Amino acid sequence: MTMRQRLIALPFGRRRRKSGVVVEATGAGPRVEEGPQIDIAPNDPIVAYFERAGGAVDIETLDLDSPARRALLDAGMKLVVPLISQGELIGLLNLGPRLSEQAYSSEDRKLLENLAAQAAPAVKVAQLVRQQEAEARRRERVEQELRVAQLIQQQFLPKELPELAGWQVSAYYRPAREVGGDFYDFIELPGGKVGIVIGDVTDKGVPAALVMATTRAILRGAASRLDSPGEVLGRVNELLVPDIPPQMFVTCLYGILDPATGRFVYANAGHNVPYVAHRDGVVELRARGMPLGLMPGMSYEEKEAELGSDDVMLLYSDGIDEAHDPDGEMFGFPRLMGAMRTAHATDAVIDNLLGELARFTGRGWEQEDDITLVAVRRTSGRESTFAQQITDMSEMEGAAGDGTVIDEFSVPSETGNERTVIERLADPIARLGIEPSRLERLKTAVAEAVMNAIEHGNKQRQDVPVDVRATTDGEHIRISITDRGGGSELPDPETPDLEAKLAGAQTPRGWGLFLIKNMADEMSVSTDGKHHTVTLTFALKGAADEHTAV
Amino acid sequence: MNTRPCEASVRMVEDVAVIDLLGDIDRNSDPTLTAAYERAVAENASAVLLNFSDVGYINSTGIAVIVGLLARSRTDGKRVTAYGLSPHYREIFEITRLSDFMTIYADEQQAVGGSPTQA
Repeated sequence: MTMRQRLIALPFGRRRRKSGVVVEATGAGPRVEEGPQIDIAPNDPIVAYFERAGGAVDIETLDLDSPARRALLDAGMKLVVPLISQGELIGLLNLGPRLSEQAYSSEDRKLLENLAAQAAPAVKVAQLVRQQEAEARRRERVEQELRVAQLIQQQFLPKELPELAGWQVSAYYRPAREVGGDFYDFIELPGGKVGIVIGDVTDKGVPAALVMATTRAILRGAASRLDSPGEVLGRVNELLVPDIPPQMFVTCLYGILDPATGRFVYANAGHNVPYVAHRDGVVELRARGMPLGLMPGMSYEEKEAELGSDDVMLLYSDGIDEAHDPDGEMFGFPRLMGAMRTAHATDAVIDNLLGELARFTGRGWEQEDDITLVAVRRTSGRESTFAQQITDMSEMEGAAGDGTVIDEFSVPSETGNERTVIERLADPIARLGIEPSRLERLKTAVAEAVMNAIEHGNKQRQDVPVDVRATTDGEHIRISITDRGGGSELPDPETPDLEAKLAGAQTPRGWGLFLIKNMADEMSVSTDGKHHTVTLTFALKGAADEHTAV
Repeated sequence: MNTRPCEASVRMVEDVAVIDLLGDIDRNSDPTLTAAYERAVAENASAVLLNFSDVGYINSTGIAVIVGLLARSRTDGKRVTAYGLSPHYREIFEITRLSDFMTIYADEQQAVGGSPTQA
């Protein structure tokens, strides 16, 4: 029997979806083209009806108040065969009138129902695959964006802090995994003065990082021309307003410190209020002003403070005071002030705060926002002057650097344990979606490297372990194999001379390093005198493979 | 332990001695492979065909054993061929250039027929 009907298969999911494909089965083979789109809302009564129908449905005679039924009729459909997988409606096989214009026979229906029963699981699988592919692409894009944002951010943080005689300066910056747009800056000004900036761009990721970079550049320009912090912020605001994306703004504090006198003149565009810890208490440096980039024509109140000897000034971003503990309580200002009262040197103020924060949030806390702390202290007498800057990238693991640890373990140096290693690693690595042929190569290379470590590095002393560490950055797998045979050099993995071996002029052995080098995308060797580490890198996916035999 | 010791049996197909290998090919398989090869030569076979279909693991020391066998077959003037390699080990036989000295076939029929078309 030749199917002469027009078939329309409509992919269908829990959400409203627009798509439609017309399949025309003719003697010349199937032809697929876009058909009319029909939306089926999840709450349309026809969904429940189809799920219970148990076979082909004649929609012309179907008595149901359903928008989808009307849409199907408008599209010229006569017969609908629901595709059901595990009780769930996953698609429809929609048929228009037969070309003969006769009604569908019970034979036709039986055939279609058989077809639907077989097609449903296949369509479900295809839907799942498509979903998973989209999810993988989305994740990859997110990771890529994170890396770009981090790069921009790092690029525009100060490379070094000013060394001011009689002053200690410490800055700490720890970006959240999704970079939040914090920044700080020190600007050298005439007369030995120094401009101090701390700011925070609303929003996250690349847009925030770009606005941060722009703001920093504009501010540096304005600071070099204008002496008044209030005027500087006013100027930055004017320049930022026309260019900043809607719904974004920048909070920023800008002040000019005269190290000779301890005079600090400042203005604040809606940023967290700085604190100054004097001997007899902590005071807030308040000054009125709207965040930058919201609206033109803003003016910024300018205030002045005096930093005496032993006084500490702290500037910070909301990443710290708005950090939450596991019960949802915020770190808050009292804790910030408390940490300042008990510390003197600026590095100690920052250590104190971070320690307090770690105790407050507990283990396993995922940092919500960037944390920036800048502490400035006027020293009394002979105390040391220093400028110290810490950029802590530990939160960024997984997006950059070493990556996520897949597994880390040791095996005794006993021949055969190379198999234990590859069998332990194979499953978790396979789950990362590595191409099967690459997994095979990885297994061979790792087994050879572990065998080398057992036999050459550790000389088969069973009480000496071989350490294995596998990590991934989402695109590569990196496996390090460490033995205790540091100091001894590994021979070069030169190509063994097969002809000489076959002629008996060379030992048949000596293939280990050659295999490792050919199976791994990258191999590096390091030694610290005691240990010897071979690190192998494998891409999860590769372009065309020159090695693979067809 | 996850290793599977190598076993080898020899059968004649026409005048070709087929060595069916089972298990892992590593340094421990040397005596087994050598014994099987000697039996094959004793059968006066025109060629020796290694069947790798049931071999799941070959490492560098196994490659060395095969190189040793090939070196010996050279002096004996015996042709050694192979089939049943997984794509991965086929790749390894190619990059080590073992396949330059040991024709690799897709299956036994092709190998015994000596069809010049390699798989």
